[in-house]
Amino acid sequence: MPALVEQPGYAQEKLSALTKRVPCRETQASTLLALLGEPEHYSYPSIFIYGHRASGKSHVTESILQELELPHVIVSCVECVSPGLLFEQTLLAFFGPEAPTLLPRAPSLSDFVRVYKQLRAETPASHTRYLVLDRAEVLRDMEANLLPGLLRLQELVDDNVTVILLSEIDWSKFRLNTGCLEPLLVHFPDYSKAELQQILERDYHPAYSPELYGLFISILLGVFYSVCRDLRELRHLAALNFSKFCEPLQRGEVKESDTHKLWKNIEPHLKKAMQTVYLREVSSVQWEQQQQMEDKEAGALKGLSAYAHVELPYYSKFLLIAAYLASYNPARTDRRFFLKHHGKLKKTNFLKKHEKTSNHLLGPKPFPLDRLLAIFYSVVDNRVAPTASIFSQISSLVTLQLLTQVGHDDQLDAPKYKCAVSLDFIQVISRTVSFDIVRYLYDFL
Amino acid sequence: MATSSVSKGCFVFKPSSKKKKKTLSLEDHFTNSSDDGETATRRFNICQELWDMTKSETGMLQDELNKKILDSLLEFIKRSASSFQSKVNDWASVMRASEIPTAALVLGVNVPDHDMTFQSLSELLQQSVTPFVVSVQAKECAALKHLMQKVLERLMGVDVTMDDDEEDGGQHIAPTHHKRVHCSLSSLCDWYHSVSKKYAGTSPGKKRTSTAKDMPSNPPIVVIFKDLEAFSPRVLQDFIVICSRYVQKLPLMFIFGIATSPSTIQHMLPHSVSSLLCIELFQSLSCTQHLATVIDKLVLNPQFPFKLTGKVLQVLVSIFLYHDFSVRNFIKGFQLALVEHFHSQPLSVLCCSKKEALAHIQTLGHEDVERVRQLPSFMRYVETQEPQKQVELLTKDQCVKEVCQSLLKALRKYHKNYYPILRCLHTLTSSLPKYPLGKQIRELHISCLERNVWETEEYDTAMQLLKLLAKDELVAILQKCVVILSSSESKKMKAAHGQLQSYLAKFDQLDNLSAEELMQDAVSPEKELHKKTDLYQLQKTLLEMKETRRTKKKTPFEVLRNQILEFVDSLVRVHLVPPESKPLNEVCYYGSSGVLRRHLNATPRTSIQTALSNPYCYLQHEGLKTDSSAVSNAAPDICIVYKLHLECGRLINLFDWLEAYSTVVSAAEGKDPDSTDYGKVDELKHARFIQAVSELEFLGFVKATKQKADHVARLTWGGC
Repeated sequence: MPALVEQPGYAQEKLSALTKRVPCRETQASTLLALLGEPEHYSYPSIFIYGHRASGKSHVTESILQELELPHVIVSCVECVSPGLLFEQTLLAFFGPEAPTLLPRAPSLSDFVRVYKQLRAETPASHTRYLVLDRAEVLRDMEANLLPGLLRLQELVDDNVTVILLSEIDWSKFRLNTGCLEPLLVHFPDYSKAELQQILERDYHPAYSPELYGLFISILLGVFYSVCRDLRELRHLAALNFSKFCEPLQRGEVKESDTHKLWKNIEPHLKKAMQTVYLREVSSVQWEQQQQMEDKEAGALKGLSAYAHVELPYYSKFLLIAAYLASYNPARTDRRFFLKHHGKLKKTNFLKKHEKTSNHLLGPKPFPLDRLLAIFYSVVDNRVAPTASIFSQISSLVTLQLLTQVGHDDQLDAPKYKCAVSLDFIQVISRTVSFDIVRYLYDFL
Repeated sequence: MATSSVSKGCFVFKPSSKKKKKTLSLEDHFTNSSDDGETATRRFNICQELWDMTKSETGMLQDELNKKILDSLLEFIKRSASSFQSKVNDWASVMRASEIPTAALVLGVNVPDHDMTFQSLSELLQQSVTPFVVSVQAKECAALKHLMQKVLERLMGVDVTMDDDEEDGGQHIAPTHHKRVHCSLSSLCDWYHSVSKKYAGTSPGKKRTSTAKDMPSNPPIVVIFKDLEAFSPRVLQDFIVICSRYVQKLPLMFIFGIATSPSTIQHMLPHSVSSLLCIELFQSLSCTQHLATVIDKLVLNPQFPFKLTGKVLQVLVSIFLYHDFSVRNFIKGFQLALVEHFHSQPLSVLCCSKKEALAHIQTLGHEDVERVRQLPSFMRYVETQEPQKQVELLTKDQCVKEVCQSLLKALRKYHKNYYPILRCLHTLTSSLPKYPLGKQIRELHISCLERNVWETEEYDTAMQLLKLLAKDELVAILQKCVVILSSSESKKMKAAHGQLQSYLAKFDQLDNLSAEELMQDAVSPEKELHKKTDLYQLQKTLLEMKETRRTKKKTPFEVLRNQILEFVDSLVRVHLVPPESKPLNEVCYYGSSGVLRRHLNATPRTSIQTALSNPYCYLQHEGLKTDSSAVSNAAPDICIVYKLHLECGRLINLFDWLEAYSTVVSAAEGKDPDSTDYGKVDELKHARFIQAVSELEFLGFVKATKQKADHVARLTWGGC
């Protein structure tokens, strides 16, 4: 029996209900509860909770606040496209539906503080109010004064309020330069394999025994634990694959106790799931349909990345090839590749020191438009008039994200580009126009 | 206009309403530029009629082609929508992470065509699944805020316009427009619940009569991202994350329009985000197939009177293949050709259905008859006639009209026979290795339009290859040809059809038939041998016999195959002659590929250079008309400066340039060359020169250089 979460000031049954809701997170829950103190006490102004995805941060915080019936509001910062939304939601939860109307249009932090103070004077807090900010890392991109202000909200509004920040990033990436109140840091470690097993076992299928489900979960974890520790994702995978696991049982071929046979049946299936549905190559609905079909038709479904082929107009292909060459060849070597009488230049002779590393390892380099066009005209086999559609193809390649424009869009004068496709992709493209790209690449000389 | 102001300044004068120019209608534009009003109107009407026909036909084609993919998409959305409702106490659905159903719609790189597809998709959705369809484009969603705003506005706004109840509409519109701040999904959630409740409550007989029955009680909200690639990944990720928080309450659904490949999704979205989606892939028809069907309907249609010559078709097809892959642009090009033809060719009044054309011939005026006589194809025709007839044709209008009628009929017949034979030849050759006559029928069509196809080398190779076909292959192809010919109504085609069928029947009896029977009319060489008396002749024949004996004796099948191929060859030679040889072809065929190319595939740099080196081309001022490459000294300053700069090397000395410019301009002013201030630089000339040079710099011909202080660098090569 896990240790009970204990904290004076709360009813015992509430605490035990809370303990049930947070399996394997009792230590964190009691730490947090100790920090929060009794409902009437002033708490530390700001608490920062961090830990990986699906390590129970939001769940524990939410459970505590809900079970113990503390006044609170949980705001997802991603959703707050403007700080105004954050303020509104906070006021709405603390002071009722009329409160947000007091805020002016496009409110600033000081407006919020002013309105808050005004409302607090009418309804002062008897219990600590909690403002929980989920995915707090987004706050860094908002106005510069927002995060420091929220950290010392208690001081600013002079009220019994505590801000709890939840994030997947640790605090050192948040730290602001000056005058910022350091919050208390609470870390939520990842669940261990045993803990994952314990949590996953809790939601067994009503039609089957918990032991059978436990067996299934341990097989599942055996396959997936090395690649995925995300509880939510594991739950999802368990739901998708459990019916397959039960198939031999339903057909009456295997008994529940025959673990080896069950394992042999499900293991290859789970391995396949790891390559397809886990990577979202195949959607979960398609995966389920495939399961219902017999094995003879299985494997007909191709994943998303199987369709890498892109059909392009003829000159776009050459433009893309030219862009690739311009991105991966040093500009000095253009003479060597595109001039008829370039003389014999050996690679070793004009190697500069820094060019000894492969350009493909360094990634694409930016190049100006005129270099692109110069290479284009020398690689394309017939004469091409510099028509408007050639230029518009360059910009459509940019919108298709096959090229990227370097610098700002409004640089009309000599724009620079980078080629954003892989070697494999460009090889496929150049094969369709029978152009041997490897011969023109400096790295493969 | 006068003002009462004492100070200098700019004043705005709004045009008074009386003086407003009458806006010209399309028809006025069309008729104004041509000389004869009546036929112009008639031509305009024919043109309009043909274009309407084209438009409706291509629209139908588009719908037909998209039908399959749209249907499967619709199916997917309906299925997902119903799964939203069935989510109750099922163990698996409780356990499963709630994913947003997403359709990845791969449409190909021809972005201009996508609009039509999305248009029909959203119409279809609104009709049969849900009224809540919203489509967003990347360019209007630079930030998450804008994306949210667009989605909310369109969703709630659309519903307001759809509903007839004013009071309700007013209520819904209020939160969005008065308080922008509420731009969050939770407000959408509230809105959705109030609306769907009402939606479920409306009796089907009241407003949405038939459609409402098919729709689920909780219609899903479909968000269409028209161009996924152009969206900022950041915005998209955040939006998906937000939506996934509400997916329990809101039946949201996404459609991603993808131009390149589905792996873009994986490039744009990290696993943490893509795991929130349940992505299913839908691949649309490739644009080349689309083009092939459009060409099949528009170009290879004997009923459609307007035709393109090989060159024009080549221009249109190459723009498609080399530049944009856009079927819409192809149709636009076709439209341009249509309008140009009817606008520039007065005789195009005859380019319409048979009945009308014959009627129009009777109403032709003297001028038009004169035009007919001027047609090169008609002149060639006249030359082949007897002298008596020639004189008649050149003097009597009525005679020309009569001849024209028969010629037009002949032209129509030619078209009726041309297309079935073209299709037959294509079916025969399209399965050959290496496609000697082209893989697509349009390639064969173009080569047939341009020259006598049977004289080309490719045709010979194709025929050689056909002679190697096995029996079952040949029979299968010939059966296809029979089907093609049977759909034709022309007499000659019917005859050809009968002949082919008899050949096919022979194939069936091939086993019973002996080789001799087939070769009965071939003279046997032995008999011939006895006739020869000359020793030399005898030797020659013996040698020939040896040759033939070495080559294997032909089987009955081979004989029959050769006979069939000869028959096909004869059909090709009769019916696939290029249209240029047919009199009056100019009436139906549009051939100025240059005009089309200039309009559709513009070359901005060439136009700038033409404007600078030959200003007369654009300004049309008599004073600027010069011979050869010289520029008149009365030309605009920038042209003179440009001309002078062509004579310089890489670096241009500004002062020398200015001197030269001032000399040229002084000559234009007509000053006495001997006077002292001739060619002297004054303030005005200096200013004009500076302005011209900076214009050149703006156009990218010169730029300032740091190598020498008073020099500029040339950025173009050649000249002089």
